[in-house]
Amino acid sequence: MIARTQAQDSYLESFAQFDKGAAKNGQGWLSPIRRAAIACFAELGFPTTHDEDWRFTNVGPIAQISFRLLQDGGNELTPLDLEQFSSSGFACSRFVFVNGRYVPGLSSPPQLPGDLKVNSLAHALTADRDSLEQHLARYADYQHDAFCALNTAFMEDGAFVCIPPGAVLQEPIYLLYVSTAGAVPTIVHPRNLILAGNNSQATVVEEYVSLGADVHFSNVVTEVVVGENSVLTHYLIERESTQAFKVSTLRTQQGRSSNVASHSLLLGGALVRNNVHPVLAGEGSDCLINGLFMATGQQHMDNYMKVEHASPHCNSRQFYNGILDGKSRGVFHGRIIVHKDAQKTDAKQTNKNLLLSDEAQIDTKPQLEIHADDVKCTHGATIGQIDEDAVFYLRSRGIAEASALDLLLFAFASENFQRMKAEPIRSYLQELVKQWLSRGKLLEEAR
Amino acid sequence: MLEIKNLHVKVDKQEILRGVHLKVSAGEVHSIMGPNGSGKSTLALVLAGRETYEITAGEVIYEGKNLLQMAPEERACEGVFLAFQYPVEVPGVNNIYFLKAALNAIRKHHGLDELDAMDFLPLVKEKMKLLGMDDQLQNRAVNEGFSGGEKKRNEIFQMAVLEPRLAILDETDSGLDIDALKIVANGVNALRSPQRAIIVVTHYQRLLNYVVPDFVHVMVDGRILKSGGKELALELEEKGYARLEAESQAVTSPRT
Repeated sequence: MIARTQAQDSYLESFAQFDKGAAKNGQGWLSPIRRAAIACFAELGFPTTHDEDWRFTNVGPIAQISFRLLQDGGNELTPLDLEQFSSSGFACSRFVFVNGRYVPGLSSPPQLPGDLKVNSLAHALTADRDSLEQHLARYADYQHDAFCALNTAFMEDGAFVCIPPGAVLQEPIYLLYVSTAGAVPTIVHPRNLILAGNNSQATVVEEYVSLGADVHFSNVVTEVVVGENSVLTHYLIERESTQAFKVSTLRTQQGRSSNVASHSLLLGGALVRNNVHPVLAGEGSDCLINGLFMATGQQHMDNYMKVEHASPHCNSRQFYNGILDGKSRGVFHGRIIVHKDAQKTDAKQTNKNLLLSDEAQIDTKPQLEIHADDVKCTHGATIGQIDEDAVFYLRSRGIAEASALDLLLFAFASENFQRMKAEPIRSYLQELVKQWLSRGKLLEEAR
Repeated sequence: MLEIKNLHVKVDKQEILRGVHLKVSAGEVHSIMGPNGSGKSTLALVLAGRETYEITAGEVIYEGKNLLQMAPEERACEGVFLAFQYPVEVPGVNNIYFLKAALNAIRKHHGLDELDAMDFLPLVKEKMKLLGMDDQLQNRAVNEGFSGGEKKRNEIFQMAVLEPRLAILDETDSGLDIDALKIVANGVNALRSPQRAIIVVTHYQRLLNYVVPDFVHVMVDGRILKSGGKELALELEEKGYARLEAESQAVTSPRT
């Protein structure tokens, strides 16, 4: 308990300094929100496993470390340092953030069509104040979520994406977040805001990576506001080092007849919490939540879904597949909340898990809260091992055991890939999964 | 090519094979017949390398090597092929992709260049035609959603592509209608050659009208009780297994 309050105190002290500095940057209008958020954090403290939403994830390691707030950095990096991450293999406009800060020098020269705006949040805080005042911190729930409260209190930079009404983007917007930790554990709070205008169509990719293997903590919040009849596809790729702590929150607010797909691929991080919280606010909207988490060693990956049906005639589909090896631990907590007026809701949730070792563990928990009377909600979860009969069948045809395992795991992961449309990004994710499955070389050879 | 000597095999402490002797030379087709539970499929799976079986005694020599010490994939690379009684569904793994991977693994084992899609597809087309297979099967996952007959045909199709030296067919005829049976038999006969041996495990004599064996062995209670020419199959069909089983009882009962 003492450790916890000490940790909290250090955040409060750090905030006092931060707030003074921020006031000078013309971001004074944000102060009330930041102060409200830090007050919420002071009130909430870090969650414990007594908290139902955190039952399977102990954030003690995060609470006990006193992280140093990184406010700049990355200036010393050159494109060469990022070469290992530039293999994304799809045409896109790339925006690079180092320790949460936008670095134009490392970003590919954005050839942005029309009125499309992609910028650093820091810039937008003054330049696009009107849009930001209307949307920023209006959706992500800092009142009840300590990590979101911390992010909101310390938010400073990240991506601001504004897709004009009617725009159809051919290429994805690719946001790369690089953490360069040092000798002292560091913390960053990247904050993203994506506004998709009515009738627009776009794809946004967020990828998180580490340079080096030092301890760091990325506490990310992304708010997405999707206009009427627009289509937005969001990818989250987590591949930070196995020393990294990561809490990310994706909060989408969907307008009438909008269509959102959230695809997540979790491969990295020591302790990862992946919050996906769509609110189907407009009638007839649709959302797909598609995730694949693959953990090994001591990794802990917690997927917390909160799908809120707030209007009638909305569909939601959740599909999460987990592959857990070593002593890793996975969590899938799928909440579906159907509000009183959300009649004709059609919500479905499926979580499938493969345990590859005796010591790997998965906790899976559906949670349905239904306040309307004419709805269709289904959920299902499976936990299994690799099918030995299938392994033998493949081996009996000449395929080596390790390759046979890889083939079967890749096939399991393919269920998630099949739900992704954008071809080049899908190939990129498949490539990352193949790298993870390094036990056999078959997959590369067969390409 | 293959010599099985006094093979004893246990599953869950129960002895399934109780001293099997069998010698198969290149160019021969052997049929192993027998009632349900006599150990036919166990023998087939043990030859392919299924690890759930415990070999308590005996040995199997294949091409001068100790087969039982080889991994399943090694046996396949050395030319052993089992057409499964119950082919396994492998969701998400494409049928043709899988077969190409298998063929290339075997070619690599023999120091041959791997085939690329350009070389592989004509081969696939040719063999599919031989087995009268629907083109759509090449786009589907291995055995997933295949009918019973399609699965059996797929096994023979794989065999036709992989061209094994020793093919073991485990009840490949069961559940096939006469047209499918003829197609499967045709596929098997196409593989007959002086360099190859085929072991046909079957419950019924019907397939043997089309794939005529050189030798027929009757397996009862984990042992080969009787061996003979193709006429033995007809005799069995006529008299049934019951009499042989009774004979087997007579052989084993004095011990109890």
